[in-house]
Amino acid sequence: MPLWTWTGLKAGKAATRWPTRGVDGQQGVVGMPRLDLKVCRSGCDACANSCPTGAIQMREREPVIDYGRCIVCQSCVEECPEGAMQSSYDWAFGVRSRTDLIWSTALESVDAKELGRRVARSQRRSLHIRHVDAGSCNACESEISALDNPFYNLHRLGIFFTPSPRFADLLMVTGPVTATMHAPLLATWEAMPEPRMVMASGTCAVSGAPMDAGYAGASGLESILPVDVWLPGCPPNPAALIHALLLLLERMPQYVAGGQYGAG
Amino acid sequence: MTIHPAERRSVNATELLAVAQDCLNSQMRFLMAWHDWEEGVCVVRYMLSRGQNPLFLWLEVRGSTTLPSLTALVPLLGWYEREMQDLGGLTFTGHPEPYPLVIHEGFSVSPPPLGAMVGHGQLRGAYSAPTMPEVQGDQVQDLYWGPVRADVVETGEFHFSYIGEAILHYHPRLFFKHRGMEARFAGQSAERAVYLAERVSGVGSVCHALAYCQAVESAWGIEVPIRAQLLRVIIAELERLYNHFHYFGLLAKTTTLKVGAANGFLLEERVKQLAGQLTGSRFLRSLLAVGGLRRDLAAEHLASTLEPIIDEGEAYLNRLQETATHLDRLMGTGILTKTAALDEGATGPVARASGLDRDLRRDHPYAAYAKLRFNVPVREKGDAMARSEVRAESLREAIALLVQASGRLKAGPVRADYRIPSGQQLGLGWAETPRGALMYVVRIRDGQLARVKIKSPSFSNWRVFPLTVHGTNMMDYAINEASFGLTIAGCDR
Repeated sequence: MPLWTWTGLKAGKAATRWPTRGVDGQQGVVGMPRLDLKVCRSGCDACANSCPTGAIQMREREPVIDYGRCIVCQSCVEECPEGAMQSSYDWAFGVRSRTDLIWSTALESVDAKELGRRVARSQRRSLHIRHVDAGSCNACESEISALDNPFYNLHRLGIFFTPSPRFADLLMVTGPVTATMHAPLLATWEAMPEPRMVMASGTCAVSGAPMDAGYAGASGLESILPVDVWLPGCPPNPAALIHALLLLLERMPQYVAGGQYGAG
Repeated sequence: MTIHPAERRSVNATELLAVAQDCLNSQMRFLMAWHDWEEGVCVVRYMLSRGQNPLFLWLEVRGSTTLPSLTALVPLLGWYEREMQDLGGLTFTGHPEPYPLVIHEGFSVSPPPLGAMVGHGQLRGAYSAPTMPEVQGDQVQDLYWGPVRADVVETGEFHFSYIGEAILHYHPRLFFKHRGMEARFAGQSAERAVYLAERVSGVGSVCHALAYCQAVESAWGIEVPIRAQLLRVIIAELERLYNHFHYFGLLAKTTTLKVGAANGFLLEERVKQLAGQLTGSRFLRSLLAVGGLRRDLAAEHLASTLEPIIDEGEAYLNRLQETATHLDRLMGTGILTKTAALDEGATGPVARASGLDRDLRRDHPYAAYAKLRFNVPVREKGDAMARSEVRAESLREAIALLVQASGRLKAGPVRADYRIPSGQQLGLGWAETPRGALMYVVRIRDGQLARVKIKSPSFSNWRVFPLTVHGTNMMDYAINEASFGLTIAGCDR
């Protein structure tokens, strides 16, 4: 196959070196909305009313955001009369504790480092993932499979997908976990050797939103498996996935605490 | 209630078979069937296309929950009837395969979620084997593959009965991912529910939202401004572009052409990154709205931004076309005859590769497609090669459409002013997705959705696909599946 060998060599490397240096490939990609409480006029509930997934609740006349339910639709940004809700590029929302996705002005969240099992030193530079689609819309699969394209080239980080759960260290779950996928998901988990970890990938897997009500609805992984990393996003982009994976391996810091980006 | 793009005809359940036969005799083609409950009365509707006539025909059967099955006459209706049985509690007498489809054997939900009564039942149950034909023989082996399969793929369970390499029978069991999307729309504000349409099938976010918005616009009689129409074409064709590059990457992966696969996936990534820069979303989400677009896009210089991708994409397609080892695996693989494609309801590139010259963008123009020039590629052979050729041509046409549409953009509003009418309206919207014909039917009452029916292209093509697997061999299976370019989320909904 000299044609393709030549083509491949001529094209050279396409891979980014991010996060060490270089670009993450997400220029212009909008993330979770930011709330600026200083500009928020108390008593108005336009943001909560505009949110299709109930991610924003009014508590004592102030909005409380659960980013675990946010699908990045930007409705609150459009509806806020004060501009207190602003579009941002905050998509690296992977956290080790579910509570860190919920807005908290007091920043009472426990230090991220103290939470969850510490990953073994031997696993930090070699991680094998078994992915299970538990009812996603396939946007998550599209982004997860993009991790293996030449730009992100996940192998360069020592992270691989494996067909068999027997060889897997991490179970990466997408979708709200539909009734028919509940048992196959648990069977996959049971088939994994210890120590094993779980990542809830995408807003559906984190909280079920917006697929949580209705006869075929479900509410994500919270009551099903012990989750080590929560990554909301609809879908989380490949760089957000890489950040969450490296967070799990303690190779990147957590950026979100108490629902606030940059506070982690 | 009126509906603009369709003519409606009332039919009695007793005369349904005869009417259906008449329609077939006059060269009409059934597209889909669905049910609704209007003021407690069951209405079953069949939609047909009528050759050159741009107006679709709806046959309506009112007041019967037991109907004669049309599947023996019109095989493509088989899945629609089974879906109505599972979700609506209807009965179709004389159905040749009356087994559960959407609600698996071993699972149940009561009352039926799209039935006469509004209930709050939950889908529950435990795994049970699907109903399969009995295959017996000396060396016959059964393989149950899935629902969790190798690689990062969507969930489905595939059953093979085979001897050595030869596949005797193949049965895909889908709907593990059924999220009850149609019921999820009910009760929502018709204006707001665009976000749900975007999440039926992620890689079809634009087309789903577009078909949905057009359905609501047809119900409310909204004229969308020309700039929004052109921008709708642009984002729909960008979606086609990244889907088609992904298709070729995956196809090359199945023929073990590693560099070819990497090349395709890299081009897909570059289109997605461009989409992110242009719109803020790699899947072009949160843009479409009833009446136009949520915000304007600066897409005037898209043609020059696309230039490197156009050149490399063309070189990539040519290289694939010159690679004998790749083409060898496609030629003669997974043949779908024209008759089977027509009878079983194939759509999109799959249908066009089997000689069916149909494309909604040309035959029933929407958005700004009537103002733009493009060709509809058709092939006759119906094998994986023909399907990939149709996709390659369609990719080139997508690029031509992007260049044309961005060149014709003029300043102007991107969203129509409209008032939400009171009372009840029916609407119909459609889009030619990268995978084929997508239809949305909406019934709205005072601005709220009462019923939404989604006919996705993968629902049609998954029904057709097994016909090309029976009697072939295991080695070709993955190539054949990739050549169909199916999604499971769109089918399962």
